[in-house]
Amino acid sequence: MVPLSWYMALSIIVFSIGVFGFLSRRNVILMFMSIELMLNAVNINLIAMSHYLQDMRGQILAFFVIAVAAAEAAIGLAIVIALFRNKATAHVDDMKEMRG
Amino acid sequence: MIQQAFFGYFAFAITVLSLLVITRKNPIHSVAWMLLLFFHIASLYLFLNAEFLAAVQVIVYAGAILVLFLFAVLLVNVREEMKISRFIGAGATGFAFAAALLVVVLMSIRSFIAAPPGIYTVDLIKQETHTVVLGKILYTEFLYPFEVASLILLVAIIGAIVLAKRRLKG
Repeated sequence: MVPLSWYMALSIIVFSIGVFGFLSRRNVILMFMSIELMLNAVNINLIAMSHYLQDMRGQILAFFVIAVAAAEAAIGLAIVIALFRNKATAHVDDMKEMRG
Repeated sequence: MIQQAFFGYFAFAITVLSLLVITRKNPIHSVAWMLLLFFHIASLYLFLNAEFLAAVQVIVYAGAILVLFLFAVLLVNVREEMKISRFIGAGATGFAFAAALLVVVLMSIRSFIAAPPGIYTVDLIKQETHTVVLGKILYTEFLYPFEVASLILLVAIIGAIVLAKRRLKG
């Protein structure tokens, strides 16, 4: 039997990799992929908890996370396309209009 | 023993694949590694007796979201992308922040205390089948959040169209 803490450790490792990618990549699309990575890490944790605590509500919550991730991907990529049309770039450090 | 070996392989593969996703220079390579990553995560869900979630993971993530990403990646000029640095100037700060988060949460796992187990034992789920149990809870106890989720998806459809369409003149 694999202990629950192993799943929690795997989840936080993947989550940290997602945080690192979100904070340091130059490309906006890669930043969105890092967000998906973080959501997947949370799902691993929720489903492992659901199995080990014998409660199905964790899986329901993971189900909702997947639905919200789909909505977030659609909206986020629409924003990227709108941004690309106005600025013709997908790099975060080229977008500095708000700088004081 | 075989369970630990199975988990070890999948944990190692998931970690390596997620590192590959965020460090590749070519965004198309990142999307390809992410496809493999999602299949590994789906296998981990099967290992946790969540076969419906494994199917949803493959259909929604690998089927729908990755295709969306692939469409958006086609906007990027890959040749220009290969020339410039893949990380922004503050990348080292991001690494330090992520490493600190990892250490703090890994240390806090030891003090985790599990709640008393619920009623959905493996035998009960095996008897009623997994999708039936999930559907019964989803459409009774979680009916209101389910409707809210469908509203969120509707807003996302309309919002994506409004954001991505060309502005009409006049």
